[in-house]
Amino acid sequence: MNGAQDLGGMMGFGPIAIEQDEPWFHAEWERRAFGLTLAMGATGSWNLDMSRHARETLPPPEYLTSSYYEIWVKGVEKLVVKAGLVTPEELKLGKALAAPAPVKRVLRAEDVPAVLARGGPTERRIEQPARFAVGDHVLTRNIHPAGHTRLPRYARGRRGVVERVHGAHVFPDTNAQSQGENPQWLYTISFSGRELWGEEADPTLVVSIDAWESYLEPA
Amino acid sequence: MGHDHHHHDHDDHSHLSDIELRVRALESILVEKGYVDPAAIDALVETYEVKVGPRNGAKVVAKAWADPAYREWLLSDATAAIASLGFVGRQGEHMVAVENTPEEHNMVVCTLCSCYPWPVLGLPPVWYKSAPYRSRAVLDPRGVLAEFGVTLPETTRIRVWDSTAEVRYLVIPMRPEGTEGMDEEALADLVTRDSMIGTGLALRPEALR
Repeated sequence: MNGAQDLGGMMGFGPIAIEQDEPWFHAEWERRAFGLTLAMGATGSWNLDMSRHARETLPPPEYLTSSYYEIWVKGVEKLVVKAGLVTPEELKLGKALAAPAPVKRVLRAEDVPAVLARGGPTERRIEQPARFAVGDHVLTRNIHPAGHTRLPRYARGRRGVVERVHGAHVFPDTNAQSQGENPQWLYTISFSGRELWGEEADPTLVVSIDAWESYLEPA
Repeated sequence: MGHDHHHHDHDDHSHLSDIELRVRALESILVEKGYVDPAAIDALVETYEVKVGPRNGAKVVAKAWADPAYREWLLSDATAAIASLGFVGRQGEHMVAVENTPEEHNMVVCTLCSCYPWPVLGLPPVWYKSAPYRSRAVLDPRGVLAEFGVTLPETTRIRVWDSTAEVRYLVIPMRPEGTEGMDEEALADLVTRDSMIGTGLALRPEALR
């Protein structure tokens, strides 16, 4: 979706706030928000793409004025309600009212190292051969899906070159909508700065995105 | 901000901010319902606050500087080469390493969210996740680099990697001059977090003296 998360190429946000000796967390609530988000993710009630979509569907004014972990908290609140694990009334009152709904698993402290080490690989084997090879010229599609997508606006309808082929990976656009993993070939596509930003762009600039096969057409 | 979550059913929490109350409420509901084990939250936080961080990536880079065979492996199969040092897992499942040279400077961003190679760099700094960096890294990377105090020759090409999938990028900065004969451990001290994102350069040895 064309939400506030799709920031590439925007202007006016001011200088980058670089913090020397930055702590890992800036407040205790950030620690809890981080841990809660990962622990709830481990229940298997939603996938990574769904959690990204929950965050990016925050209205743009809210997204842009929320801190990073505030966005995470708001995302988890949406996800637990949507999954039927918590009611809006419970969130409002700050306490459990209804009996718990079943979850696939509950992350225990002793399992944390193994779960983190396993991670969530997204590469899958598919029968279909890759449509493109390194060096091929491609055109990114000009699409504006209302749901989740990982094709940023600044790279839509642009001509690029296949730089790497990564294997087949879970397709976020359907995975975020409970429509299955539908793995597709994933490519690194590089664009000249001028293709993306016009003649005024830095002539030495090359920018790449990682793009699933259905984002691309031959060019 | 949406609806608020003030509640007064426990102690006096009037000194807490809205977001503190909101997170506290959320955690208490999730724990009460049995979805979350608070000890698991502690373990997750401890992992990324104490165990994982950019020293991991620095070891990878230092080894690549010191060992040509390892450098080749890292460039051809970063996931395996990095795993061989014990750095694996969440947000580093599919790794690619890219090497800075006098001709080309690599820089990594995630314009859509905050994708970052956790096993080698730890959790990302706030600036990496924030709008100013995410918006401009792809449009005006030299301007971004200037804010980090980095000025590259005009002839050095700028190569920006927008992490839009589950591939995570690690920049191998250029090995500074005057480091001949230094061992891997000493070399690793020169490798900063920002140099592995591409918003900084490796330190010169005299910077540590």
